Amino acid sequence: MQWQFWIIQTLNSVAFGGLLFLLSSGFSLIFGLMRIPNLAHGAFFMLGAYFGYSLLARGGNFGLVARAAGLGVGLLGIALERLVLRQISGNEQGQVLVTLGVSFIIADICLLAWTGDPMPLPAPLELRRPLFIAGYAFPTYRLVVLAIALVAAVGLYFLMERTRIGAMIRAGVDDMEMARGVGIPVSRLFTLVFLLGSALAGIGGVLGGPILNAYPGLDADMLPLALIVVILGGAGSLLGAFVGSFAVGFLYNFGIALVPDLAYFVLFLPMVLVLVFLPQGLFGRVQL
Amino acid sequence: MTRWNAIWLAVAAALLIAVPAIIGNDFYVNMASQVLIYALFALSINMMLGFGGMVSLGHAAYLGLCGYACILLTINGFDQLTAAILALAFSTAMAGLFGMLSLRAPGLGFIMITLALGQIVWGIAYRANTLTGGDNGLRLPARPVPFGIDLSSAPRFYYFALIVVALALFFIWRFSRSPFGASLKGARDQPRRMSMLGHNVWLIRWLTFVMAGFWGSVASLLFVYYNLFLSPHALGLQQSAEILLMAILGGASSLAGPIVGAAIITLVKNVISTYVERWNTLLGMVFVVVIIFMPYGLVPGCQTLWRKITTPKSTPGNIA
Repeated sequence: MQWQFWIIQTLNSVAFGGLLFLLSSGFSLIFGLMRIPNLAHGAFFMLGAYFGYSLLARGGNFGLVARAAGLGVGLLGIALERLVLRQISGNEQGQVLVTLGVSFIIADICLLAWTGDPMPLPAPLELRRPLFIAGYAFPTYRLVVLAIALVAAVGLYFLMERTRIGAMIRAGVDDMEMARGVGIPVSRLFTLVFLLGSALAGIGGVLGGPILNAYPGLDADMLPLALIVVILGGAGSLLGAFVGSFAVGFLYNFGIALVPDLAYFVLFLPMVLVLVFLPQGLFGRVQL
Repeated sequence: MTRWNAIWLAVAAALLIAVPAIIGNDFYVNMASQVLIYALFALSINMMLGFGGMVSLGHAAYLGLCGYACILLTINGFDQLTAAILALAFSTAMAGLFGMLSLRAPGLGFIMITLALGQIVWGIAYRANTLTGGDNGLRLPARPVPFGIDLSSAPRFYYFALIVVALALFFIWRFSRSPFGASLKGARDQPRRMSMLGHNVWLIRWLTFVMAGFWGSVASLLFVYYNLFLSPHALGLQQSAEILLMAILGGASSLAGPIVGAAIITLVKNVISTYVERWNTLLGMVFVVVIIFMPYGLVPGCQTLWRKITTPKSTPGNIA
């Protein structure tokens, strides 16, 4: 019984950490390259979950639905970047506040379209049955979520470290003016990174749907967690987002399970320690 | 110019004092009290924003810290004055801690850290059922009775809020014209030169953060006295964003700006939300439109317009 509790909570933590990685890796990349903390990122996650709900209700295949929702949210991200943020380029504070305004609009439209009731997303049938290993039951779906997050992490690592586009993005993160100077199309990279980051958030929303449900306020619940991941792990770094996501996943999940009253306070302490001793975060590439 | 300013001030003061007599209706007098409370919130956040260039998205945290502290102390048997003083002291001390953390990262990091801190306070208020009553919130038994004056009627509470806000305004006005205010503006525009001149830029910013936290806590006390109730909904990200928007909409570089912004947003919100449910969409759109088209806010915008009209066309140089 006691063992089962720890195993289940650990698995919940890593699955939640995987979701947080899908959310915060995009946030961190966008921030690292463009210096915009995209405060609409939580709303993108929630929108992905709602898109997933509607598409699944029409009988879509889960994997396809996740990709479609990711694409939809990604296109919205491009629209935000091209149509709104471009208008005020150079005004960083203005850009932050505009993304906050956009997140309010998205959240309110979701409330209008999908009502205030929590919408449970059904997990794929074949993943609903628990997996039995050595007499212990493991929730299959969460294992799959973790696996997908790990695949995404490896994929992003190869994209960033082993491809030409990744090298361009890294160059842009490290020194934007030099990158422009040597002919890297920074403007197109912005759009690409925004597409990638938003799409990851949308896919994360669909994958998180069966665990968290889609509900109003999901955006405001997830956004601070993504911020804390980036504060802990450091901005603009994939490794930082990875380590930070699983750290926050563990802290938050065990916090809720063991001291439900103080679940948020548990997140506060590591944030204080990191800010005091390592203000750039554990693996930060850029100044926060 | 100063004579004109004095006349304007006298007219504004007379109007504000006459508000309950002019409108007479308790509902609208209460709305005026709300405007005053939000004006103080906006003025306090503007100490950081307007003079220091620090954008905080966690100002509603003081509602949580000071508001819950005041209610909990009162419920647990402290008299109103002691509860208020202890709550203010606690909240201001927390502002000191939050300031130390947020100022570790200047610029964009400051926005993210204040937001995260604000949401942590919200999360604690929401989750710590045994302490804060969770989603149900907490009730303050009664308004305080300063010097034996009962504040339960709408006009009396309005005057109470007016006196507090006037005191705060006087302090913030002195603050903005003091050498310290000047050094804060210097720290905003030229931090490196200010350090070269021997100013401790970090300390200037931190002290401003703490003072803004103190006046935000005073506004929180008024908020709790007015509503006699506090729940986590009052201290979410939306509240912080609304307060910030008030200061930006009115014009962060002036003293009148945040007051005008608070009045407009509070009135529009009250009027709109009786007719339509979509206040959040409107709030978001106002946010986007104001920041794209009116980054300096209404009051400075109108001032430049006024100058454009009154000055001869041959000198367009003094606009901008």
